[in-house]
Amino acid sequence: MKKAACLDVQGVTKLFGGLRANDDVHFRVEEGEIVSIIGPNGAGKSTLFNCITGFYKPNSGKVLFFGKDITRLRADKVCRMGIARTFQVVQVIGDMTVLENVMTGALLGCVKIARARDKAEEVLAFTGLLEKKDRLGTELTIAEKKRLEVSMALATQPRLLMLDESMAGLTVVELREMMELIKAVRKSGVTLVVVEHVMEAVMEISDRVVVLNSGRKIMEGPPREVVSNPEVIRAYLGDGYRAVGR
Amino acid sequence: MPEQLLQQIVNGLMIGFMYSLIAIGLTLIWGVMNIVNFAHGDFLMVGMFASFWLYTLYGLDPLFSIPICAVLLFVIGVLLYRFVVSKVMSGPILAQLVVTFGISIFIANLAVYLWTPDFRLIDKPLLSGTWHLGDVQLSIPKAVASLGSIVTSAAVFLFLKKTKTGKAILATEMDREAALLMGINTERINSLSFGLGAALVGIAGAFLSTYYYIYPQVGGLFGTIAFSIVALGGFGSISGAFIAGILVGLVQTLGGFFFDPAYKYAIVFMIYLITVWIRPQGLLGW
Amino acid sequence: MKGFSSKQIVIGSLVLAVAIVLPLIFTSTFFQHVMILVFMFGVMGVAWNIMGGYAGMFSFGQVAFFGIGAYTSSFLLMTYGVNPWVGLVIGGLVAALVAAALGYPCSNLRGHYFAIASIAFGEIVRTHFNNWKLVGAAEGLSLPMLDGGMKDFMFHSSKLPYYYIVLAFLLLALLVCRMVSRSKMGYYFRAIKESHDVAQVLGINVARYRLVAIMVSAFLTAMAGTFYAQYILYIDPDSVMILPVSVQIVLIAMLGGAGTVMGPLIGAAILMPISEVTRVYLGYKGTGIDMLVYGFLITLISVYQPKGVWGLVSNRAKRVG
Repeated sequence: MKKAACLDVQGVTKLFGGLRANDDVHFRVEEGEIVSIIGPNGAGKSTLFNCITGFYKPNSGKVLFFGKDITRLRADKVCRMGIARTFQVVQVIGDMTVLENVMTGALLGCVKIARARDKAEEVLAFTGLLEKKDRLGTELTIAEKKRLEVSMALATQPRLLMLDESMAGLTVVELREMMELIKAVRKSGVTLVVVEHVMEAVMEISDRVVVLNSGRKIMEGPPREVVSNPEVIRAYLGDGYRAVGR
Repeated sequence: MPEQLLQQIVNGLMIGFMYSLIAIGLTLIWGVMNIVNFAHGDFLMVGMFASFWLYTLYGLDPLFSIPICAVLLFVIGVLLYRFVVSKVMSGPILAQLVVTFGISIFIANLAVYLWTPDFRLIDKPLLSGTWHLGDVQLSIPKAVASLGSIVTSAAVFLFLKKTKTGKAILATEMDREAALLMGINTERINSLSFGLGAALVGIAGAFLSTYYYIYPQVGGLFGTIAFSIVALGGFGSISGAFIAGILVGLVQTLGGFFFDPAYKYAIVFMIYLITVWIRPQGLLGW
Repeated sequence: MKGFSSKQIVIGSLVLAVAIVLPLIFTSTFFQHVMILVFMFGVMGVAWNIMGGYAGMFSFGQVAFFGIGAYTSSFLLMTYGVNPWVGLVIGGLVAALVAAALGYPCSNLRGHYFAIASIAFGEIVRTHFNNWKLVGAAEGLSLPMLDGGMKDFMFHSSKLPYYYIVLAFLLLALLVCRMVSRSKMGYYFRAIKESHDVAQVLGINVARYRLVAIMVSAFLTAMAGTFYAQYILYIDPDSVMILPVSVQIVLIAMLGGAGTVMGPLIGAAILMPISEVTRVYLGYKGTGIDMLVYGFLITLISVYQPKGVWGLVSNRAKRVG
């Protein structure tokens, strides 16, 4: 029997009134992969994220997580099944310290505060935020907040981590650090699905790339193939361009 | 029985039109700056008292004091916004909630202190008496107030849709950041909207004073009812507030008629709970 | 799960010792009455804090639970002779159930919308009790004179037993709040307060935790209601279940510091004496000066120190430490 894919998105369609935000989107993610989802603004990437993670209910289609149907599950249940995510506009708990933020995530798997604290410190060591553990959420820079958000997600011990534009607004150095973090996460056994605009990151970290445009998947494949595909280029830049051979 | 029913419907409509005008001011403030003005009912009271004193001291008929009430409340609204409310806009939500409560308690009790808690009435307004249309009695002051409410609401609607400032207000209401990017001075719009919202309810107060008892605590009830109306109509929607006001007036009157007069306000509050439960964006809200 | 630091134990014991000895030194009944109110409102402030300061549900309708507690125990006492202590627990449970019924449809409401829903709820309950013949409608209930003594939860000759009972209630409430704040529940509440989205992606069942917060808060508030009924021996909707009292509860928590354990107690200790003194000395003519001052204070506090006294204290501690 074929091993169940980590994530199997089958014909997900999401309508908002007359707008087809997601139109029959299909793709699979095998365990241990890093798959990027790209596409111009308005392509439906965040909508797809929300459909997968239980914030929206798709109008039709199915989402399978390691073979289990999670399509109609509520967002917190999706998390408990093992999918963690971050948000496009970074959200952390401002009134809590970095450590407390991650502890809140860690409490998913335990009841005792002390154990949660230990787990949280482990995660912070992994993501490189341990020295900032007593800073308040509101005191962090954007890059630190994004890192914190990832830490909180990791503390819930997911099997799949979904990142929504985690590279946006980062400097070159911060970008490099985030990419290293993502690779380290994959190495630790977590599968990753990433929505991204920053192409250098997409090229470097992805095993495969899925391209959305106007709600539909227009292509899927290894990064190099996708980036030189004429239809993808047209989707981003309009008709006046084509790829220059590399 | 049917004539009684018709009478109740007419009564409900007339109350409804007053509610509409009161609610429009509240929804404007809410829509533009996302703050609940718990002092809204007390602005109404101030309008009513202004009208009363102009009548008692200077013999000015309430209908003529409408513009004065409007300007007075506009100024009060702008000043309160600039010196008090604006300072909590960037603070915790709890502070925003409590500050208008504080203003409400202050204004209501200032009125008690200055004018005693006694009930007052304007006994000889210019337009008084009752029309008899068949079996239905139409109180003239109420009818005039209803008409005034419709005219004022229409004027506000036109102002918002057709004038530059009005459109700026609508823009700020829909998307604050975008409005800022368009060069709209959102702080000024806030002041303006708060003042305008207060002015509208001041006008309502002037109309209301032609037939309703005037006393310092009158604001409490009207204010709380206004929330239900705004919720039903959709937070920020002017037309929604107008329609919802009429609906609530009808429901309140008919509910009291068919059910139990003591519960008529409880029914209105139930409407709020049911609305935010079933359709949080209200009838016409976004 | 105690984990009190030695500094906390020393200061806490000192304050407690002072509280115990205070009414024996200052024997004026007015003073004792004010302190009883401080403690009683302290209980309600702490209860509010659990759902408001921690979980972000700003309720302006707490008097409904206060009234439900007071009426339940009093009605059971008058009609079926149920012991007031038993009535206390039953009143709390009834309030918790009503809270759950309200909380369920409102589990998505936040900020202003929840606040108004709570006001609407408070008014609906008050109107209902005002018209409910079974419990005396607008005339309210006068509690029967029992023999007196601890078992009757009624004391005729002195306020002291009431003082110590309500102090015990306050300690209980503080303990509950502290336990909550240092537990998984407390962390989850604070996440919910920040953002439902963040809470959900951390696996938190937002609706369920909000319900728990409301129910605990309602139970404690209802306890205060039963105490009040046994203390004043008369309850009626227009003195017990009105909006201004709900606002006062919010203010106490905010003034002292919302989202902190001790905050509401500090707020009550400041506000209740001011409120009682101004009511007695300035409010006697019905001139409204007391409320005027009160309204002014509220406005001032929300503008200049919304984080409350505790916010002031902890800021200074942060700067020093």
